[in-house]
Amino acid sequence: MSRRPYVREVSKTRWYFKHPRYLRYMSREITCIFIGAFALLLLCALGRLADGQASYESFLAALQGPWSIFGLLVVLIFAVHNATSWFNVTPKAMPVQIGEEFLPGRYVVVAHYAVWIVVSLAVLFFAGAF
Amino acid sequence: MAKSNKPIVWSLFAAGGTLAAFLAPVLILLFLLAALGHAPSVLHYSQLHAFAAHWFGKLFVLTVIALFLWHAAHRLRVTLHDFGLRQDAAIAVVVYVVAAAGTLLSVLYLLHI
Repeated sequence: MSRRPYVREVSKTRWYFKHPRYLRYMSREITCIFIGAFALLLLCALGRLADGQASYESFLAALQGPWSIFGLLVVLIFAVHNATSWFNVTPKAMPVQIGEEFLPGRYVVVAHYAVWIVVSLAVLFFAGAF
Repeated sequence: MAKSNKPIVWSLFAAGGTLAAFLAPVLILLFLLAALGHAPSVLHYSQLHAFAAHWFGKLFVLTVIALFLWHAAHRLRVTLHDFGLRQDAAIAVVVYVVAAAGTLLSVLYLLHI
């Protein structure tokens, strides 16, 4: 009795190198690591804020420096990647139906980008960044 | 039929992803300015403390931190599966416990302000 066990052709841990589309998928998925890291930074800042002025100001002082700048730049790039990829699939995730027709996806995407820009500028303005 | 908690964590994931898409880049930019030594005035102690002391500020801070954490937790769980880690039950416990602990901590911090 011959037995030919199934041999898995693709690696469980490196399959996404097989095709650029899979790499793009993984690049979207790993944005969560950076969103999570930023949430932990916010939690840390909040803890220091609750701890008092001296504690919070030493946190702000510790935040300065080339490594923080580099780290926050990387986090920013992945956050922007999350935003653009999220908005680009929104018309697929939530199609807008008007009567018998569907609203073309590009209107939904452009509307999201417009709101994103307005919200970002409003936050920068109220935060006193300029 | 066994009950599933999937709709709950998925809705937190989707809400967090949408909020992160709109707000994370600009909030990161504020911290980047602070790292460059040009902290915007909202990140100065007196302004940020006044913001977090108001009920609206508390609600905003809690929503941002909690939804970002739950979004990241759920997506990390799925992504670790894609990276070949198949211990889903253990991974789910770890990521959701971290998200829940972060949510609880931010509530405690906010009540202290």
